[in-house]
Amino acid sequence: MAAPVPRFREKTQVLDEAALDRALTRIAHEILEKNGGASDLAFVGLRTRGVTLAQRLAAKIAQIDGATLPVGTLDITLYRDDLGLRGAPVIRGTDIPFSIKNKTVILVDDVLFTGRTVRAALDAIIDLGRPRAIQLAILIDRGHRELPIRPDYVGKNLPTSRRESVAVRLREHDGDDRVVIEEPEEA
Amino acid sequence: MRWTRKHLLTMRELDASEIVLLVDTAASLQEIATREIKKVPALRGKTIVNLFYEPSTRTRTSFEIAGKWLSADVINFSASGSSTTKGESFIDTAKNIAAMSPDVVIVRHSSAGAAELLARTLPCSIVNAGDGAHEHPTQALLDLLTIREKKAHFDGLHVAIVGDIAHSRVARSDIHGMRKLGVTVTVAGPPTLIPPFVQELGVKVSYRLEDAIRDVDVIMLLRLQHERMTNGLIPSLREYSRYWGLTLDKLAKHARPDVLIMHPGPVNRGIELAPEVADGPYSVILDQVAKGVAVRMGVLLLLAGSKADAP
Repeated sequence: MAAPVPRFREKTQVLDEAALDRALTRIAHEILEKNGGASDLAFVGLRTRGVTLAQRLAAKIAQIDGATLPVGTLDITLYRDDLGLRGAPVIRGTDIPFSIKNKTVILVDDVLFTGRTVRAALDAIIDLGRPRAIQLAILIDRGHRELPIRPDYVGKNLPTSRRESVAVRLREHDGDDRVVIEEPEEA
Repeated sequence: MRWTRKHLLTMRELDASEIVLLVDTAASLQEIATREIKKVPALRGKTIVNLFYEPSTRTRTSFEIAGKWLSADVINFSASGSSTTKGESFIDTAKNIAAMSPDVVIVRHSSAGAAELLARTLPCSIVNAGDGAHEHPTQALLDLLTIREKKAHFDGLHVAIVGDIAHSRVARSDIHGMRKLGVTVTVAGPPTLIPPFVQELGVKVSYRLEDAIRDVDVIMLLRLQHERMTNGLIPSLREYSRYWGLTLDKLAKHARPDVLIMHPGPVNRGIELAPEVADGPYSVILDQVAKGVAVRMGVLLLLAGSKADAP
């Protein structure tokens, strides 16, 4: 069975609603700049909050450039390197209703930590076809990488200690837009 | 909701939330069948043994495909061509296979309780792929997935299960699964093929096909097991097919226009089901087979993809 989950309490707020929105606007501009426009781009969000962030980035690009980019949903449970170490897996499904062949795929997630999730996501995407390139967009990069993976677009670099946790709260799931650092309650 | 069981033996022991978890997991995995590369690494390094003591086309093949799409190593054992023909007992064969450290053993056997016996004896996970006239849980799960995809929900649905209820493990597993999800079930067939006290499973009973199929959302036909006829349970195949065979004519006269026709296979064309009905627009028989792979992927993933030690 899974180990008991420690309870966390909020320590500091690092992004409020306006700052989070500004970070996404900047990333949207950077994506367009780096790729010389929006042609042949596609978003793939990692469940759950990566998908929401991908949809927001697609909306920003639609505002800036007028292009409507497809947004897919990726569930990486079947590709995890710790499958079986955390109790029975919960599968929620991958839904990428477009071909990624020869596209530049922008992979979106909320927090980049050890890099293991992104490693699994890269395998999962490549099983679906051969994209021209994969780029990584992350709202919070909290460091402590265990694999040679780096993001192409970062909302905020946030030095944290390993015992802390970063919570990205989004309106669609949590009722408000903000990012907080949490620490274990016993501390 | 997380899966905590080590084995899948019966639908009877599952609660509604476990059944929904299995159906949801299978639904999410269906997408793999549409990929160009039909393989994910989830069960890499796991060994799955198909231990089949009865003939099977759909079940054995779909467990094998399911295991392979999840990257497990799948080994098929069938009783013919094995040491069983030299007189080795079921339990000895099973213990010998278990000594080769498989993670999951999928068993089909003509005796009710065979899967449970293995679950008590072997250290690995056991999946019941049909034990005598007892249960066939993965068939019930794929029936439920098919119904949910076609009808979008289970609320207020009414299913008629028609044919040889007494000898059918599919009927038993379907009845348990459907009743737990709130589906109304009517069983119908000649009195000799309806088990006594079947009402205690919470089903209605009908002895007339025309009544049983009126106003139901799904008609599930069962295979008439020819061998029963020699036991004097039905007078003749011709009489059975006249009274109990589902034809286009009976369907048009008595059933709803949006009814689904299901059958666990293999179909006796022209006996319980007219070919025009089996191949017709109401029929979802091949959808059932396709869903079977997804359901078996879900079951294997939940059993072998966790280290739960619960019973």
